[in-house]
Amino acid sequence: MTEYVIETEQLSKSYKDKAALRGLDLRVPTGSIFGFLGRNGAGKTTTIKTLMGLLHADSGSARVFGLPASDANSAVAIRRRIGFVTEDKELYPYMTVEEIIRFTRAFFPAWRDDLERRYVEMFDLPLKRRITELSKGMRSKLMLLLAICRGADLLILDEPTDGLDPAAIEDVLRELVSIAATNGTTMFFSSHQLSEVDLVADHIGIIDRGKMVATGSLDDIKARYQHLRVVLDDARQAPVRWGDGVESARQEGRVVTLLVSRNAEAIAAQAQELPGAVVERYPVTLKEIFLEHVRSN
Amino acid sequence: MLFRVNASSGVPLYLQLMEQVKHAVETGALRESDQLPTIRKVAEDLVMNPNTVVRAYRELEHEGVLELRHGAGAFIKGASESRARLIRKAQTAMDATIERALQMGLSEDELQRIFASGMAKADERRGAAAGTERRR
Repeated sequence: MTEYVIETEQLSKSYKDKAALRGLDLRVPTGSIFGFLGRNGAGKTTTIKTLMGLLHADSGSARVFGLPASDANSAVAIRRRIGFVTEDKELYPYMTVEEIIRFTRAFFPAWRDDLERRYVEMFDLPLKRRITELSKGMRSKLMLLLAICRGADLLILDEPTDGLDPAAIEDVLRELVSIAATNGTTMFFSSHQLSEVDLVADHIGIIDRGKMVATGSLDDIKARYQHLRVVLDDARQAPVRWGDGVESARQEGRVVTLLVSRNAEAIAAQAQELPGAVVERYPVTLKEIFLEHVRSN
Repeated sequence: MLFRVNASSGVPLYLQLMEQVKHAVETGALRESDQLPTIRKVAEDLVMNPNTVVRAYRELEHEGVLELRHGAGAFIKGASESRARLIRKAQTAMDATIERALQMGLSEDELQRIFASGMAKADERRGAAAGTERRR
């Protein structure tokens, strides 16, 4: 087993004149639940399609299970080992739920009948209904069932909880967590719901304008980022330049709030040296980290 | 479920979980040789990443709060209960003292020297006490 299930290097892709990916470096550790974050149009779906071999990058490389995603033969081998839920939730519209389950099952020898029964019941899927007649939420659940039951080593989920109500979101996330705990399946999922990423992911990557702007273990990132609140004796004392690692500095009267992405110790020490200054530290939420990165660029 | 985490607090979840296990030990909700819920159970109940639960349990094992028995699960460790509490109590007292000394304007070096000489004196006292013991 390689260390990274997914590994891209300097991946670039343009549509006509518009650059979707601009040198993306992405590494998804084996066995992780990786939250892939970015605004609409940041390049998330392009990345996912490239990983599945559905799109070809202009330059750079993408490897899944150590195999090149751009090669037609290995793309087939890759797709056999992954389960995916895509954003557009494309399914064969003329089939019924029951038919598409039977149809998909035929391609995967490791199909999990036990999980199939469980999800049909849990998601309350109407077996006889046509796919065209399903709600958005039902389609998501059906795709999830098809992705999970094939016994994949890697699940690629593009907005898996999109269109689901809060109770269904809870169901889906709990199932994902349970599968990860039981089988050690790697999950790569994109989402706009930072609170769910915060709970379920152990690694994250924030993509902005086709580039990775922050990535790593969520615990490490949270430990590195800090808010420092510096209360000055005199509002004019604030240094013009703070040390390396300050992402943003905001001053209101005698209070300066710093968002620090590294070197928190050194920066706190720098602030402490100002005569009469009081320095306090606060944890930073994933939401704050995310907004800082996608706004500042 | 004994535990609860808050994803929007910004505090890493494994740390929150560790704190809560320790708190449960302190309040007696978990006692010596009690079994902790399995990793899968915690992950499912709290809808959180199983690796995060693993990390919390491992760190707690490292701190001597619990014991991971292969294939059987995680159990609260006996002596560690009071030991962990003692260490934390001493830590809190020490932190307060350090903070006060720093506010008085002492430098880190000065503090280190005070600590070293204090430890030396305590050693002497203990040595003397042991001597008295022996003479009796």
